[in-house]
Amino acid sequence: MLGQEKKSGCCYDSQNLEKTPSKKKVFSKTELAIKKWKKKRGSLIMALHEIQDLKGFLPWEDAVEVAEGMNVPLARVYEVLTFYNYFKLEAPGDIIISVCYGTACYLKGGKDVLDEFSEKLGIADGESTEDKMFHLQTVRCVGCCGLAPVVVINGKTYGKVRPSDVRGMIEEWQEKHAAKNSVDGASDGE
Amino acid sequence: MENKAKQDAAMLAKLDEAADNQRKKHKSYKCQILICNSTSCRSSEGKEVIEALGECVKSHELTEIVEIIPTGCMGLCAKGPLVRVELAGKNPVIYKHVNPMLARLILAQHVMMALKHKGDFQLPDFLKEHTLPIDMPFFAKQTKIALDNVGIINPDSIEDYLSRGGYESFRKVLTMTPSEVIDEIKKSGLRGRGGGGFPTGLKWDFANKSEGDEKFIICNGDEGDPGAYMDSGLLEGDPHAVLEGMMIGAYAQKATTGWFYIRAEYPLAVERLTKAIKHARKYRLLGKDILGSGFDFNCEVRLGAGAFVCGEETALIASIEGKRGTPRPRPPYPTESGLWGKPSSINNVETFANIPKIIRMGADKYYAIGSDKSKGTKVFALTGRVENGGLVEVPMGMSIKEIVSDIGGGVADGKQLKAVQTGGPSGGVIPTYLHDLPVCYDKLKEVGSIMGSGGMIVMDNDDSMVEIAKFYLGFTVEESCGKCSPCRIGGTQMLRILERISEGKGKKEDIDKLKRLSFAMQKASLCGLGQTSPNPVLSTLKFFEEEYMEKMTEEANDEEVK
Repeated sequence: MLGQEKKSGCCYDSQNLEKTPSKKKVFSKTELAIKKWKKKRGSLIMALHEIQDLKGFLPWEDAVEVAEGMNVPLARVYEVLTFYNYFKLEAPGDIIISVCYGTACYLKGGKDVLDEFSEKLGIADGESTEDKMFHLQTVRCVGCCGLAPVVVINGKTYGKVRPSDVRGMIEEWQEKHAAKNSVDGASDGE
Repeated sequence: MENKAKQDAAMLAKLDEAADNQRKKHKSYKCQILICNSTSCRSSEGKEVIEALGECVKSHELTEIVEIIPTGCMGLCAKGPLVRVELAGKNPVIYKHVNPMLARLILAQHVMMALKHKGDFQLPDFLKEHTLPIDMPFFAKQTKIALDNVGIINPDSIEDYLSRGGYESFRKVLTMTPSEVIDEIKKSGLRGRGGGGFPTGLKWDFANKSEGDEKFIICNGDEGDPGAYMDSGLLEGDPHAVLEGMMIGAYAQKATTGWFYIRAEYPLAVERLTKAIKHARKYRLLGKDILGSGFDFNCEVRLGAGAFVCGEETALIASIEGKRGTPRPRPPYPTESGLWGKPSSINNVETFANIPKIIRMGADKYYAIGSDKSKGTKVFALTGRVENGGLVEVPMGMSIKEIVSDIGGGVADGKQLKAVQTGGPSGGVIPTYLHDLPVCYDKLKEVGSIMGSGGMIVMDNDDSMVEIAKFYLGFTVEESCGKCSPCRIGGTQMLRILERISEGKGKKEDIDKLKRLSFAMQKASLCGLGQTSPNPVLSTLKFFEEEYMEKMTEEANDEEVK
């Protein structure tokens, strides 16, 4: 077992996790999340939350790892992942556009805003653009009803949005995305 | 033994000292600037306003004179970010729509000038136009009990909470017996604020009488009603009050562990609550032998994952257990067999927030507020087509008219009020001619709506009732867990009919079909979601059937032409 650990040294080797609590071992983020939650009660959803927060979605391999690591049947993990709206099974686009679909936002034209995004980006609610730049989704109330209709893009909240604002918002994020990519590209070059 | 007594006394002294020090600290400043730091105001530059003011105070070397306090929701969200300036010996001034630029001006032209000129200071006109009258009905007509501290204290500071009498109710409770505490809550007449309206004292009594090696108390913060944010307002603005309420409940029913189940869509609420729990542990308010009373209690936070049905208590329990959030038939009730089969009592965030205040003011005084069978106050998220939208707290029994016209300032953009919707997807609409109705559990039920958790959506003459019904039903159909067929199939069929009507392809018999399906769903669904989901359709049909018929006639006309 020990030899195997040395040989593999792989951070995704989940079987070694329980048997060799070696301090030197480098744990993957998923393993750390499992380690943190496995001893606590009522924590399957919390572990899944933590992994999604880190990765942006829940890759299938991680779901398998959670099932093994937390000693929960894989079927249970799968039913939880598919039952709850919050979990994403596929990688979304880099820029996540959440259009609030709470009652106040709906009443004040949230649907028109959603339709406008949908038309401009050529994707429906819950889809990503082909280049994986944008992901469009609806959310149920972000708690800013006084600012209705509300759109949240990668954590930034826009209040009192009109369909005519949509184009500018898309452009703003395209620019941000391009700027970020060029910085990333430059540092890669160095 | 003696040693323990000394230690216990030291713990209590530490709490008193922290409260005292904080009070002294606040008094040592000549001016306090309170800024709303809730999700809503933060989203509209509130965060930047706090930073700008902080920098400004520093650069003017005013850090010892001016205190900046980021608070929870001040209520008037539609006019946010709000800033409240309190100068010693002067009336507070509230500013609306503050941006970083205006914030700097407030500091330079209001605060600094007032400090310099003292008595003769007059607020310049260009600032006056950004203020809200302090005696406006929005503020003056509210009665704040649950929201008592919200918008006044820094929610991240346990010392702030202590300085306003925080945890004193819990300390008092520790000197009482559990049944004395339950009697007090029963006497107050408090009913569950999640919408069901079950008497809280009675629920606690059941939980107290259940036997078990382990018992749980659960806080339901899975605020699913789209368009309502009372729970997030409370958790973001005064998390310690909710925690203290839970601790008192835990003591009364001898619970060993508390669970907060909070919507994952409320990251700020989760952050502040988690911090509050940490700070409470630091002061030994949680853990073993709390404050030397022999009472052990600890609590944990669990997140929801976007399922409306998890607001139903048995589904919530399944979710904490790491399963699909599907309800199960009751009995057994959770107070007998709940989380992992142990006795568990589930209470709403707002219910908990009321508890410390009831203990402080006394059950009789609380009982005196409100209407016949609904005691105390209720927090509402007043939204939609209303001028002063926001978070409000009013005594039960206030009329809808007073809430919408006086506190809410009437319909925005000079349009005409058509209806008010309460209870979210489980509630119904109330047309204008019924707006003298007092808001309380039973009266709202009589007209086909429910109190619900506190969503109150104002609609004007441009809003189509068929579309509203379709919106809510679309929501519940999507959120139905699918376990029982009346809800799963009935909801879908109703939605199809509504879509047909909305497209102008409705037939006269559709109305009958809607009513029959509604009846079946109400009678045969397993949980509250299915039983109540026809409500928006039924109540719009009851009061606005002509709007449905108008859509039909269009179709009939078309047919005639053909």
